[in-house]
Amino acid sequence: MNATTQQGWNEGAARANAAAQAQRRHLLIEPITRLEGHGKIDIFLDDKGDVRRAYLQVPELRGFEVFCIGRPAEDMPQITSRICGVCPTAHHMAATKTLDDLYQVQPPAAGRKVRELVYNTFMLEDHALHVFVLGGPDFIVGPEAPPEQRNIIGVIQKVGLEAGKSVIAMRRRLRELIAYFGGKVVHPVLGRPGGVNKPLDPKDLPQFQQLAQEGLDFALWTLEVFKKLVLANPAYLKLITADAYTHKTCYMGMVDERNQVNFYDGKLRVVDCDGKEVCKFTARQYLDYIAEHVEPWSYMKFTFLKPRGWKGFLEGPETSIYSVAPMARLNVSDGMPTPRAQAAYEEFFRTLGGKPVHYTLANHWARVIEMIYAAERMCELLHDPEIASPDVRCVPTSVPTEGMGVVEAPRGTLFHHYRTDERGLIRSANLIVATGNNAARIAMSVERAAMGLIKGGNVTEGLLNKIEMAFRAYDPCLGCATHSLPGHLPLRVNIYDPQRNLVRQLVQE
Amino acid sequence: MSASSKPKIALYWCASCGGCEETVVDLAEDILGLVEMVDIVLWPVAMDFKYKHVQAMADQSITATLLNGAIRSTEQEEMAHLLRRKSRFLLAYGSCAVSGGIPGLANEFPLQQILKFNYEEAPTVVNESRTHPQLKSGEDGCEVTLPALHQVVRSLDQVVEVDYYVPGCPPTPKVTKAALGALLEGRLPPKGSVLAPDIALCEECPRKQRKPADLSFTEFKRPHQLLADPQQCLLAQGVVCLGPATRGGCGAQCVSGNMPCTGCFGPTSRVRDQGLKFLSALCANLASKDESEINRVLEGIPDPIGTFYRYGLAKSLLRRKVDLPGPNGAQAGS
Amino acid sequence: MTDTSPTPNGQWKPRIVAFFCNWCTYTAADLAGVSRMKYAPNVRVIRLMCSGRVDPQFIVEALVKGADGVLIGGCHPGDCHYGEGNYKMLRRFQMLKRTLKDMGIAPERVRLEWISAAEGEKVKRVVNELVEQLAQLGPLNLPQKAADWDKELAEVEAKVQAAQAEPVMA
Repeated sequence: MNATTQQGWNEGAARANAAAQAQRRHLLIEPITRLEGHGKIDIFLDDKGDVRRAYLQVPELRGFEVFCIGRPAEDMPQITSRICGVCPTAHHMAATKTLDDLYQVQPPAAGRKVRELVYNTFMLEDHALHVFVLGGPDFIVGPEAPPEQRNIIGVIQKVGLEAGKSVIAMRRRLRELIAYFGGKVVHPVLGRPGGVNKPLDPKDLPQFQQLAQEGLDFALWTLEVFKKLVLANPAYLKLITADAYTHKTCYMGMVDERNQVNFYDGKLRVVDCDGKEVCKFTARQYLDYIAEHVEPWSYMKFTFLKPRGWKGFLEGPETSIYSVAPMARLNVSDGMPTPRAQAAYEEFFRTLGGKPVHYTLANHWARVIEMIYAAERMCELLHDPEIASPDVRCVPTSVPTEGMGVVEAPRGTLFHHYRTDERGLIRSANLIVATGNNAARIAMSVERAAMGLIKGGNVTEGLLNKIEMAFRAYDPCLGCATHSLPGHLPLRVNIYDPQRNLVRQLVQE
Repeated sequence: MSASSKPKIALYWCASCGGCEETVVDLAEDILGLVEMVDIVLWPVAMDFKYKHVQAMADQSITATLLNGAIRSTEQEEMAHLLRRKSRFLLAYGSCAVSGGIPGLANEFPLQQILKFNYEEAPTVVNESRTHPQLKSGEDGCEVTLPALHQVVRSLDQVVEVDYYVPGCPPTPKVTKAALGALLEGRLPPKGSVLAPDIALCEECPRKQRKPADLSFTEFKRPHQLLADPQQCLLAQGVVCLGPATRGGCGAQCVSGNMPCTGCFGPTSRVRDQGLKFLSALCANLASKDESEINRVLEGIPDPIGTFYRYGLAKSLLRRKVDLPGPNGAQAGS
Repeated sequence: MTDTSPTPNGQWKPRIVAFFCNWCTYTAADLAGVSRMKYAPNVRVIRLMCSGRVDPQFIVEALVKGADGVLIGGCHPGDCHYGEGNYKMLRRFQMLKRTLKDMGIAPERVRLEWISAAEGEKVKRVVNELVEQLAQLGPLNLPQKAADWDKELAEVEAKVQAAQAEPVMA
């Protein structure tokens, strides 16, 4: 063999060897599943095979805030609901409240109550979706269960067919209530400035009262299932309280005048990682407290507390990172306004060692507690004599200029802000969505989980799912988070060795 | 994955909101029946499957893929091609896949404007260094990538060949069941058909009996400017309702919610550009014969693009605002 | 209208599609022809029974297929052979111009004129004016624009073609 050939051969062999090495250490989870949206995770290993750095990238951008320009503001509840088809009612309601502010008009009492009724019904059914279909299967079936079982079908096998059917039927009936008022459940049409478009017909009241009662039973049953399958299992408790899934950030959530949880209306309250109140503000003041940071490796922006300034992906007493969603809402509040939820709330903090709770996976538990509150609130509203009044709307008369509105979406605080011309056509819009509020903490959670779980270059398949669990606990809505140009990508976990070769793509079996 | 003689179905999402996924979940109890009849080989929202499995499947081995969402990035384009290759039937599911959907409204604006607002100009953004997301980035030699975004939002059939269309934003469970039934029982209409009734929404509207014989608009009212009568035809009340130009099949849900139809089921088969056809039908019925009065009345429709093309801008005759930059950033004249 | 070959001296000339109503404008155009009136030859005339028959889709399709401008000719108000067809055209036209403007097309590119059967001279004048105006605005060339937009699909398409040539790895 002559020298050139030999050299060529050796170079080829070296490349092939390097590729084979890379192949063995290349990890990929593709697609990321059981959440709304797509994402990509890249994990870089150091010389010891431990994790050096992990990135959760969100690869989509849609541009709602820009393509809303020129649209009539009254179309915004229906347009912004297309940011997310899993939580359209959240955007719809935030937009509707923003219209109230824009037109300086308040709904008649019955209009407000119908809105709250629909909204709490939505919170109940959406949380149920997450518990049984999206994130919940990790616990109900088990994080290391075969992938074919880690889904609603596996859940049904675990809780039994009758129970499974009742979950499906309950969600269906709750969604029928939303469709009753909103025309349809995915992208409803009920919201208008100063009220809603359809009242409750008194003859339909009994069936909804019945539904609310059964909804409450369902929520309480869900808590029992959770306690039985999750909290009674010491391995799960260990997982929930593991350091790999813990972060000491600030928390933000909406509270009423008594500082208790309210999903529909109230002020925003922020507490620090020790549970001390940092600030409390109205929707109209959000610009003083919320800011967004840009990183080059994700289309999603990262919110932080403006008064403290961006300090990076850090936690602890000085952090400017805050988190939202069920656990955050429980952390910032002084309690739940309804009795059964309050009892569950007290049990939550008693078990987990006081306020605030920093265990990301405890979001699943907090979510179930919120289901109970939503159902109790539904019952309250449906027994309010005004709920069936026909007086649910009015015609606004002021000239619009600017409006801001906020609600608690299932996944966290949601802000809408519009500026219009005198005809009410959008001049500019700004949306801060729930998962955007969690973006920084989610990124930290993924990195922390990866670092905690990958040691010495050993990566297993069940471990990959555990990394996914780190973000799934937030019930992220990545479509919302980017309100970007529609575009979902599968979630990939790429693991790189110190030479920056793509080491292994972790495949879920 | 066990070998099975059940037909394989895939559900995938591109630039979408997840509402089409919710509609499939809203089959509710019927979903258990569906799961018995088919093998769902890909459904990222609800099931943990690998997409490497799809790549490894033989071409055309998936009986049908329901693909929702518009196409806006190179990765979505790739997935569209991949699923086309692996599927015997590819269905454009939902308004975004059928005609670009609401995200298609971005075709009125340059991508640059979207990026600039999002990362620099939004009132909450703090970004002195004017950092924008990069296709390649990372620190200390750790390189990560992001997919490239297209300038233009597209419907599915503007990227790959589509066999059938299931319209709606989202499609209803009823229309979905009918489409899946037709598929699984081999009762498919000619290729390229829309799997929904080929007649205008007015036909199934609950207010049909109160529809006037003649419409003669002296003004248009935006829905929040009146307390609409829940029984009477909305057009007769001066509210712009796209029912006459929209395919039926949805059960007139929005009208049942006391709001006008906004056109999400798209046009019937006899119309090429839904927005222009509706413009034609609506405006022809103005009362006035005087140009300045006509213009005054038409001011009651302040946003033509949002009204006529809310779900179908990408698939309209013009597709996009024509003076926007092309892919190389070159400016185009008007 | 796919002919994009340049005129003999290589210069672009505006191309107009004209929709003329049978009873008035088309007759006037005939008259102009019979009277040997000279006017710009850049017009392709399509005869319809009434200007009210002009579907906005026709107008936009003409532009999409390469026209630089569109002219619609109908009977004077009050003279429509079918009563009110021309008013329908007028109403549609006002909204169409706004819509085209929002879509980045100069509204001067579409023009509606009332031309009676005896007004051959008006046909000539209007066509010449429109040609002049379009010459100022420049070519619209929508087919080329659409082709430019679709260049961004080329990269993935090439990749897909290459992949299809390879066998699938199990």
